[in-house]
Formats: sequence, C-alpha cells, structure tokens
Amino acid sequence: MTDPASNRPRVGLFVTCLVDMFRPSVGMAAVKLIEHAGCDVVVPRAQTCCGQPAYNSGDRPDAKALALQTIAAFEGCDYVVAPSGSCAGMLKAHYPRLMDEGSNDHARAADFSERVHELVAFLVDVRGLTSVPGNFTGKVTYHDSCSGLRELGIKTQPRRLLTSIKGLELKEMADSEICCGFGGAFSVKFPDISNAMVEKKSANIAAADVDVILAGDLGCLMNMAGKLKRQESSTACRHVAEILAGELDDPPIAAALDKR
Amino acid sequence: MQPTAHDFKSNARAALGDKQLQDALSGLPGGLVAQRAAARARLPEFDGLRDYGRDLRNHTLEHLDVYLERYETAVKGAGGHVHWAANGDEACAAILRICQDAGARLVTKGKSMVSEEIGLNARLEGAGLEVVETDLGEYILQIRHETPSHIIAPAIHLTQGQVEADFRREHAHLPAGRRLVDPAELVDEARQILREKFIEADVGITGANFLIAETGSSIIVTNEGNGDLTQSLARVHIVITSIDKVVPTLDDASALLRLLARSATGQEITSYTTFSTGPRRDGDPDGPEAYHVVLLDNGRTELLGSEFREVLRCIRCGACMNHCPVYNAVGGHAYGWVYPGPIGAVLNPGFIGIKEAGNLPNASTFCGRCEAVCPMRIPLPKLMRHWREREFAGGDTPFTTRMALKSWAALARRPWAYHLLARLTSRAMRVASGRSGAFRWLPFATGWTGGRDFPAPQGRTFQELWAARQKQAASKRSAR
Repeated sequence: MTDPASNRPRVGLFVTCLVDMFRPSVGMAAVKLIEHAGCDVVVPRAQTCCGQPAYNSGDRPDAKALALQTIAAFEGCDYVVAPSGSCAGMLKAHYPRLMDEGSNDHARAADFSERVHELVAFLVDVRGLTSVPGNFTGKVTYHDSCSGLRELGIKTQPRRLLTSIKGLELKEMADSEICCGFGGAFSVKFPDISNAMVEKKSANIAAADVDVILAGDLGCLMNMAGKLKRQESSTACRHVAEILAGELDDPPIAAALDKR
Repeated sequence: MQPTAHDFKSNARAALGDKQLQDALSGLPGGLVAQRAAARARLPEFDGLRDYGRDLRNHTLEHLDVYLERYETAVKGAGGHVHWAANGDEACAAILRICQDAGARLVTKGKSMVSEEIGLNARLEGAGLEVVETDLGEYILQIRHETPSHIIAPAIHLTQGQVEADFRREHAHLPAGRRLVDPAELVDEARQILREKFIEADVGITGANFLIAETGSSIIVTNEGNGDLTQSLARVHIVITSIDKVVPTLDDASALLRLLARSATGQEITSYTTFSTGPRRDGDPDGPEAYHVVLLDNGRTELLGSEFREVLRCIRCGACMNHCPVYNAVGGHAYGWVYPGPIGAVLNPGFIGIKEAGNLPNASTFCGRCEAVCPMRIPLPKLMRHWREREFAGGDTPFTTRMALKSWAALARRPWAYHLLARLTSRAMRVASGRSGAFRWLPFATGWTGGRDFPAPQGRTFQELWAARQKQAASKRSAR
C-alpha cells in the first residue's frame, strides 16, 4: 500500500509476457515513467501471462486459473499497470467475466479490475502527467491498438504526452484505428489474412512519411515491425513508452544491432 | 447451399489472390463505411437510439412466444395465412405447396437471405418452376449462378466491368452496340427485362425486415422498388422470414428503421419502405389475392435459449461486415455459407454446426470494430469467443492447438519454470538471430515469416533486468 512516509502509491508492474521475453527495455521505460509520475514500482515474481491465449482459444478453466494467479500476485498494490492495452484490457474488462457472479472470486476480480490501468492512461488519467522525461526530434505516427482503443478508450492520452515533447511532430496516418492484423493466435492460425491486413497498415505508415511508428502494444508492434523490415522500410518501430521515457539506446524493434 | 466453411483458410487464400475481387472490395471503406459515418454524424441521438433498439429487441426476445402468437392472430385477422417451419426443408415444402396450389409457373422474388438459408430457389426450380430474382444484385448473381457475398449488397464482390460482360452475354437479344457504362444504364436494362417478369408472375416471394405483432404487417425496405412490384403484381404473395423478425408495434418498427438504413447504407431511410398487411381487400385497387407468411425457426429457438441469444437482436444491416478488416480482406464467399462477416461467424455455427463452421468464429482478431458499429450493440467478439469455448469444451479444437495451449498453460501456472524458460528462449533466439534483429524464417511460425520478419528478442528478460536493478539498489543501500 501507499508508503506513509513518502506518500508515493505502490504500483505493481504487469510486465506482459511479450515485453518480458522480447523487449524488456519497454518494461524499464515503463518503470521510469511510473516513477516519474511519483509512484514506487514493484514487480511481483509470481506473474507470468494474463491468460489471453487460453481465454481467446476457448479454454476458460486455464484462463480463470491464470487470472486468479495474477490477482493474487498483485495483492497489496494500489495500482496495477501494464504497458499494453490488450493485456490491461484482459485484466480490467475480462477477469471479472471469468468468475461466477456473486462469488468471492468475482468480488476479488472486480476489486482488482478497478486498480488496473494501461500505462499511458495511468500516467495521464490517474496521475495527471503533462510532461515526460523523453526528448525526441522527428516525425512520428501512432497506431491505435484495438483493445486499448475500444475496450479502454485510449486515444487522446498518448497523443497528449507525445505532443508535449519539444521537437516531436505527430502526424496522423490514415486508418490508425484499423487492426494491424496481429490478433495473437490469429496471426499464426490465419497468417495469410493477417499478412494482408498488416500490408494495408504498412502502406498507411509509408504514406504518413514518418521516422517512427509508435503503438502501445508490443504484439501489434512486432507485427508491423516485421512487415516493415521485410519491405526494407526505413521507418523505425517503437513502443510509445520508449519515446516518452527517452529510453532510445536499444535499436528499434526488429532493427539490426549494428545499425543505430 | 453446400457449406464450405471448413475450407475457410483455402477460400481466403484464393480470395486474397483474386485481383478482381480485391478491386471490388477496395470500394468498401470509401463507400458504405464512409456513408454510415456521415449518417451517424448527422443524427446526434444515434447512439442513444442504439440503446433503445437493443432494449427493445431484448424485450421482444424475452417474450418472443407472446409476440409471435399476437402476430399470427393479427395476420389471420387481416385474411392472411401463417405457416410455421421448424427447418429449411419444412419451409421449402410449405412454399412449394402454396405455389403448386396456385398453379404457378413463374415466381418472382425480392431479396431474402432467409431464402438463401433454406435453399429455396433450387427447391422450386427442381419442381419445374421458373424463379426470377428481381433485386438487381440478386439478378446479377442468378445469371452468374453465384450466391450473395454480402447481406445487403449481394454482388459487392463484382466490378462493374464484370456485370457489363454478364449482361452482354445473357441479354444477347439486345443490340450489341448499346451503351452499358453507367450503373444507371445497367439498372435500366435489368428493369426492362424484369418488367415483363413482374407482369407475368403468378407468385411473388419477398423476405421481411420486420414483422409487426400489433398489426400483422410485414415490412420490406428496398432502394429499387422491385419488392413492391414482386408482391403487388403477382396473384399470391409469400413472405419467407424468420421468427426473430417480430417487433411489438408500428412505433417500435419505426425506431428500428431509423437505425437500419443509417447503419446499412448511410441513408436516413431507404427509397422504399413497404408495409403489407394481408391480401387485397374489397375496394383495394391492387394487391395479391392471397397472402402467406412462412415463419422459419431453423435453430433460432435453440440460440434463444443459449449464451448466443443476443445475436438474435440482429437487424441484418451489414455494418459489422463493412467494418470488419477480415471481411474487407477476403470478401463474403470465403466464409463458405449464407451469412458472411462477424454476424456469420456467430450465426453460421448455430445453423450448420461448429464442426463445419469452426473456422469462422476463430477468424477474428477481436478488434471489436463490429461491436462498435452494431446498431443493436451485439457483443459479436464475445459471442465468437463463446463458440470457441464450445469448440474447446467439445474437443473440436484441433489437436495440435489444444496440446500447445495445454502445455503453455501448465507452464504459465508455474512462475519459476515459466521465468526459466523465458530466459532460455530469449537468450537462444537472440543468439540465433545474430546481429540482424529479426528472423526471415522461423520453424514454428512459417506462416508468419512467409510474409514478414519475426523480430528477435533483446536477449535478457525483464525479470532478469529488474532483479539486477534490485540487487544494485540493495548493495548501494548496504554500502551506505
């Protein structure tokens, strides 16, 4: 709970499995931003995955078990923050639906749900952040990931923080609200359709003529970055937290290591 | 219609490689999607009206038995007949009997998806009747021997050039040098051909957008007026529709009509909204001698009593498919049965079984755009997920998927093992990718790497970085 001495709220970081395994620098950027917003960060070891692969494949029992595991792992946190609209949406909107209404588990999931926020929405809506540590000069565009946009209403928050960075020019691309074609297991089960969808996305990115394409979800970013790389595009692909935190030492997603 | 939903993946692949289809589909965002957005912007209470429509439909479904009986009584009171059909076979048999009793040879038809659902045309033609589709899109499909690829714009998968070629081939008796460039010219030509059929027809069959319990009326909405001619010029009018179309009152129907046209085509109201109540009365200048309604169940009662009830709120506007990125990529035929797009992904498994249609509710990224535009606020992604749950619980999920899921879940429920494997995988993939930053090919993701690279991990997990940071902080504290 909130440290009475410092009056800093205790934020549990839900890392997300993709950030943990593929791009931990996004997690470090998230920590920096949450601390910048006047909070203490804890990272429970008992967290793994939010359970979406099971939930969206129809495996409710496993999804429920993972939900209960996650809820238990974050007990004692004032807030639970995830650098992903998709995972935050699962924690916030879907965990209560996994539990039988009226049950003790349902009450726990509902209480947990109230404490869950997507990273950028947390910074803006809960902590009232108006400026960020990052500085960046160049043109960027922002892709609205589906769950963040439609489940959590994240639209203006990242744009507000991005435009607070001097030298950063935010350009809107066409169809920023249309799915990139990732969809978790969808991209594996229906790779042809997924590929056709990300092709439309990459055409819109190209037409926006920017240096960096940003988004709040690593799944979508890996999909878009993979496509851009295959097309030998020079547009870099990064999680929005990296720019906001000014954590740009690591090469962009899918970029070669020696190419800085 | 023989379903090919089990072949969805290969259907989709073929559709993606079909240049003409892709050209035809590319008109959707600037067409129906943009038109709906404009219509919505012009009506400030649009979203409030959606809430109203949702509640109204929920109420009707809650008391469906009552409203259907009321409807039947009202139809009979107006001199019409009601035929209840448990399935497509019964519905076709009832319609055929009515046609035969009327001594019919020629049947004209307005647009009806329910008639597609029951395979009506084939059944009637099999019995020696001539059936003519009078909706322009449906007429085009009939001469091409195709099925609709969209529920309100059935020929949306075709380009104008294809239609022109079909007309020149089919209407060989017309002058070869005639102009067929503007859509208006195509419509004119179809009108000339169809006019004769309207006059000669013995039976006219239409669908219904709504049925009104209070008055026993059926409503059709069209932009061509073909439905009016179909139902008023023939001696017998048959309405083929389903039990979920009933609404309590005329006022209720009006509220839903305000949502329907806006959601479908972006119109305030369609060019024609036609109410039919019973056959011609004494003193009426025109109208059919007999009026029949065939009410199809075909699995709807089962949906009503299941976790899929909300899908029965659907008013068939097509907004979900217009806005679906998967539908936009592959078109409607890939879905392999009558109803395409998100609504089809929820309805079709109910009608043809999850074993046949299992691909459909899986072929969604759950992007949620369908639910966001649905005038009846049907939670389509949630309902698709319910089908996946049925599939999983029934053992119909493919074995490899099931095994992969189960092993992954077992791991995810053991954090220490999970973190260990995450570390090893991250490290191994980082080493295997060299300095390239991505894989051009990955053994377990060849579908993915066929069209795009797979980004390589940075090499260490966040849990590792975090543990190192905590350790550093602790040693700093103890040094102090």
